[in-house]
Amino acid sequence: MRHSGGYRADPRIRWPEWLPWIAALAGFFLLPEYLALGARILIYMLFALSLDLILGYAGIVTLGHSAYFGLGAYVAGILAAKAGVTDPLVQLGAAAAAGAAFGMLTGAIILRTKGLTLLMLTLAITSVCLEIANKATDLTGGADGLAGVVIAPILGLFRFDIFGKTAYVYCLVALFIGWWLVRRMIYSPFGTSLTGVRENAVRMHAIGAPVYWRLVLVYTFSATIAGVAGGLLTQTNQFVGLNVLSFESAGELLVMLILGGVGRIYGAFIGPCVYLIAQDLLAKQFPEYWYFGIGLLLVVVVMFARGGLLGVADRLVARWRSRP
Amino acid sequence: MEAFLSSAVSVAFHGIAFGMILYVISVGLSVTMGLMGFVNLAHGVFAMAGGYVLTSSISRFGVPFPLALAFAFIAVAAGSVILERLLYSRLYGAGDLAQVLLTIGLIFIAVAVARMIFGTMQQPVILPDYLKGQILLLGRDFPAYRVFLIVFSAAMVALLWLGVERTLWGAMVRAAVDNRSMAQSVGINTRRLFTLTFALGSGLAGLGGALGAEIIAIQPTYPFENLVYFLIVVSVGGLGSLRGPFAAALLIGIADTACKYWLPQYGVFLIYVATIAVLLWRPAGLFGRRA
Repeated sequence: MRHSGGYRADPRIRWPEWLPWIAALAGFFLLPEYLALGARILIYMLFALSLDLILGYAGIVTLGHSAYFGLGAYVAGILAAKAGVTDPLVQLGAAAAAGAAFGMLTGAIILRTKGLTLLMLTLAITSVCLEIANKATDLTGGADGLAGVVIAPILGLFRFDIFGKTAYVYCLVALFIGWWLVRRMIYSPFGTSLTGVRENAVRMHAIGAPVYWRLVLVYTFSATIAGVAGGLLTQTNQFVGLNVLSFESAGELLVMLILGGVGRIYGAFIGPCVYLIAQDLLAKQFPEYWYFGIGLLLVVVVMFARGGLLGVADRLVARWRSRP
Repeated sequence: MEAFLSSAVSVAFHGIAFGMILYVISVGLSVTMGLMGFVNLAHGVFAMAGGYVLTSSISRFGVPFPLALAFAFIAVAAGSVILERLLYSRLYGAGDLAQVLLTIGLIFIAVAVARMIFGTMQQPVILPDYLKGQILLLGRDFPAYRVFLIVFSAAMVALLWLGVERTLWGAMVRAAVDNRSMAQSVGINTRRLFTLTFALGSGLAGLGGALGAEIIAIQPTYPFENLVYFLIVVSVGGLGSLRGPFAAALLIGIADTACKYWLPQYGVFLIYVATIAVLLWRPAGLFGRRA
């Protein structure tokens, strides 16, 4: 079941919730040649987690979440390449602060609307960001991308190595912190009120909940995480491309989250994992069929498996348990 | 001064042509969203399909231009009925997210299919001789095709408005937009009405895509690249209205052309900022009915 968090659910961490972390650690030791891909997957998990918080729990349908991801990526990149700030934690902090500030500003504006207008505003804001990044070539490198990103060792101890070991562990730690915070938030009374807004905003108004401010707060928090994810992407790739802000990348993120399952935390883990591994195996050989497949997948998931992979797994488990 | 006047006339002319195309494409989207509340992000797919039908039926099969236009309308309208029956109709009232996802999925599929069949190159438009060259109007030269485009679109718009304001079908559509359950309870078959209206709107999008193939390049990324424009027209104009999107389309057409002409470095930036400002000022659009 799609759990509703808050008072109804037991906030203690159950044993299956440790499985992703065990798998991630096992991957580190068993598949050393795939650590670059692994770091990418971890980053997109964090990004998908931030989207899940506002889309799955608060019910804000947005097409513009890549704005905060891209902003974080560019802030970290510009600091590293232009301003000479090479400390990775400072860059990450700046990316988070930029995401938070921009998220609060835009959230305070767009969350006054809903439905199509909200969707349109998120799209327009991302388009403005893309346009700025495209035109401000002195700062962002424009369509050529931002190269020359220099990253100092973490805490002066761990250098980003060519095999991606440091990057993988670094991203894993960031994801773990993000996961812990998001989980705390969802299982708190605050999280329950978000689910309430998703299910029936009018009733939440009626019982006196400050709906608008709750949404602005969660939106800001989600934008902060997205900014961190963007910063991580810059640091592991040591490059920023214009496509971090594109509509396609926002669409791809949605696909990953939907594939895993919306509004259930771990959908944000399963989705990017399956999607990016499949992309790594298939996209280069069959680029046309790849996009066709994504589209088909979306249609099939919407039509037949609304809960994504985890929803299907839930249903199978339920059927297995109820067998005579 | 004369130079400025001449460029202003030119900008206004091209802007109106662009705005007309935007309106013919987007009006169906406004009606679908107003009628059923369906967030159809894949509307650009229909316009792209119309463009491909026109360009390929002319260049591959030598179909005359007027016939190719009609064919674009009919083919897209027929195709949209199949999609509506198979997919869209199952998601009426299913919530924004499901509709957004379904239609994004359709965009991905359409982009891939277009790329497989036609390649990534932009499709050239072969115009008949009588639409080439210039027309002399009030002492200035205007490209004949754009003049045709404006006049033809204006005729289509007049026909559409007449249909909605004066016919029984139009009365039923207006009733259903205003209050769907009431319309149902006085005996209007809203499902069939919607299928018909959806087909008409998609057909118009196909026609608009075909007409505007010279202005909005026909290539596989069409539905992605122009989505924002169509959505801006609809959301700024106001859902479910006919006149709102018309004014919005003309405004955007002229503003976009003017920005590209006089302030090329800001590109579409100003359009987006203006859209955000308008939507904050009036969230239901300039001419929207519901706040």
